Parts: sequence; structure tokens; C-alpha cells
Amino acid sequence: MARFRCDSCDYVYDENAGDPREGFPPGTPWSEVPDDWACPDCGVREKIDFVES
Amino acid sequence: MTWTDRKRYLWLFGLVVPLFPFMGGALATATGWGIFWYLGPILILGLIPVLDLIAGLDRSNPPDDLIKTLEADKYYRWITYLFLPLQYAALIWAAWLWSGDSLSVFDKVGLALTVGTVAGISINTAHELGHKKEKVERWLAKIALAQSLYGHFYIEHNRGHHVRVATPEDPASSRVGETVYAFLPRTVVGSLKNAWRLEQPRFKRRDESHWSIRNDVLNAWLMSVVLWAALLVVFGIGILPYLLLQAAVGIVLLEIVNYLEHYGMLRQKEHTGRYERVRASHSWNSNNIATNVLLYHLQRHSDHHANPTRRYQALRDVDEAPVLPTGYAGMILLALFPPLWFKVMDPRVLDHFDGDITRANIQPSRREHVLAKYPSSASA
Repeated sequence: MARFRCDSCDYVYDENAGDPREGFPPGTPWSEVPDDWACPDCGVREKIDFVES
Repeated sequence: MTWTDRKRYLWLFGLVVPLFPFMGGALATATGWGIFWYLGPILILGLIPVLDLIAGLDRSNPPDDLIKTLEADKYYRWITYLFLPLQYAALIWAAWLWSGDSLSVFDKVGLALTVGTVAGISINTAHELGHKKEKVERWLAKIALAQSLYGHFYIEHNRGHHVRVATPEDPASSRVGETVYAFLPRTVVGSLKNAWRLEQPRFKRRDESHWSIRNDVLNAWLMSVVLWAALLVVFGIGILPYLLLQAAVGIVLLEIVNYLEHYGMLRQKEHTGRYERVRASHSWNSNNIATNVLLYHLQRHSDHHANPTRRYQALRDVDEAPVLPTGYAGMILLALFPPLWFKVMDPRVLDHFDGDITRANIQPSRREHVLAKYPSSASA
């Protein structure tokens, strides 16, 4: 399971934990996160800007 | 050499704002002049623009390697937390005065305008808090917004405005040729619709109804309902006109500030059809220290949009940002007179885009007029 980090504010999407508040239950793979989904913390980076960490 | 924050104690001035109603009341009582109940507008539209001109600019930046330490210093965030009890003490005191007969209607209206000034600036406090990752600060942001019925700002600003800033799609980014009077209804209605729309996908993904207490628009509005209902029950329905007036003043004040922040700025589209990344050059900046100290560096708006979660004390002045001719307080006054506003600001927008006005965000209905007024080599 991989982790993806917002390069602006360091928010991390962890596939194990998902982000239930955003509607991604634990275990939701990154591939199921929509492309236009913006970082929930800073709003200025979208999925494709995230870097695997 | 160690760096010291020269503004460290100046930030405490932000806490004077929620005291405006008390100060106005004290002055009115001491002098017998009812006009002092209007202290909020007098300070914002009269004294602070002058102070900005006198106190001048502050371009000091914290060194990069100290930004994290500065952000971790809890002293700064406590100043923003303390705004809230003062804000609500002022509102409750005002509600008590509105319900009694010790003040004339003229005085009560003045008090409502002053409380509205606090409400508008409390949206700025909510703005600072709502951008943070700490849960408690996000809750405090919504509490601060309850007074002005603007709880949806928390969602629209963070998930809407920041994503689409400086694009024609953003209701909170003003356009060349757009007066503040045209902007106000567009931003208020557009932001409301956006906030409601923005909360839905995360519920849809989980196959749940967005008519839920976990919907941040609904729970923020619920706070307003509870607060307003409590005030009306305790102080009577007679205070409703004053409550509505103060909320309207707060909302209008906040939205006029929104008008100043991105006027004409436009992110260009990349070949993929995406807008270019938000950069410091997409927001107007101001280093006028008087307004900056009162608004937790809101005027260092360029760095804020480039780094939205950064705490106020660590926001920097950035060279590439376009600069307003004076602080927000003075610019609010200017915005109220559109011909003057266009005269001062349009040439600055033109300058920012190297003489090519077609690169600006232009009000569609004024497009031909604006292009004719500022012909550029690109459009000729």
C-alpha cells in the first residue's frame, strides 16, 4: 500500500488509512481517487500533483 | 545572529477590533455624543486608512529556516483564539443594549454598524483558523462565522476559492471592469451555491445523503441557528433588525475585501486545459503595516494563496506579487467609488500583464469597452 504526499502542504494520502472524511474508506487505492480531487488541506494541488512517498 | 520578530507584540492589536463596540460605548457615554456608537465604520473608513499612510510599509520577512519554528510558537495562535470570546462578549452586550431603551434608534443603528465591522473582521479571524490542519482551529473558525450567518465560507473559501482563484469560474475573484456593486451579488450568491455543491461529492462517494450533520455547510449554519435563536429568546424579537444589519455589514465588508484581493488577476491555461498553478503573482499584496497587524497579515495575500496552510506570522512579502497602492482599509474606500477605482487599478493590472490586457480576468459584459480602452499589441 502506497502513500502520496501533497507537495504544497505535506498532506499525505495513505491507501491503508484512506480518508473517510473525503469519502475514501480505508484501503481505497490511489487509482480510485478522482483526478480532479484537490488536496483537502490546502486546495491548491490536485491529485496529479501529488508525489509518491 | 538570531532573528527576532518585531511584530510579535503588535499582533495583539488584532484583539482591539472586537473591543470596538465597548470603546465606542465608553466614548459615547463619556462625551454624550451618540456618533461614537459608529466607531467601527469611523475607524475602518477614516482612521485606519490614514494610519496606513502614516505608518507606512513593512517588508520584513522571517528567514526561511525559521518559518517552521515561528509557526510552531503557540503564542501566535492563542491571539487568534482569544478573538472569539471578545467577539461574542461584544455581540451579547450589543444585543442587551438593542433590547433596552437606554439608547436611541440612531445610537442602536451605530452600534449595529460597529458590531458588523467586528463581524466582518471576525470572518478574517475565521479565515486564519479555517485554513489550519488542527481540528480545534477548524471548529473555532465555524464558531467565529456563526455571528454573520456565513458558515459556508469555511467550505467555499478553502475548497472553492483557493482551487479556482484568479479564474473566470471563481465567484470570489473580481474582474477588470467589474464594479464592487456588481461583484457583491455575484460573489455572495455564487459562493453560497458553490459551498453547497462542494460538500456533496464526498457524501456521494460513500453512498450517503449530504443532508447530514457531518455536512460542514449544514453544521456551520446550525451554529448560526442556535446562536441567533438563543439571542432572540433571551433579548426578544425586537433585536432582529439590528442582528440582520450587523450580519449584512460583516458580509459586505468581507466581500469588499475579496474584491480587492484578486482584481483582474488571471491564471493562464496550460496546453492540457488545466489552469497554471497558483502563484504569488495571482493575488494583490500590501505591506501597509497598520492594516496588516489588524488583519493577521491577510494582505500578504500572495504568499497565502501560494501556501494556504501557512500561519499568519510566517507569511512573507514576495517580489513577484502585484502591489496595491495602499492598505485594504484605504482600498475599501476607493472601491466604493468605481470610476476612481478603475482609474487607479486598471493601469496597474495592465502593467502587471506587461501592457497586454487580454491576459487579465475581464468582466464579459465590459470586455469590448476594456479592450478598446487598453489596446495592446497582442489584441491589435
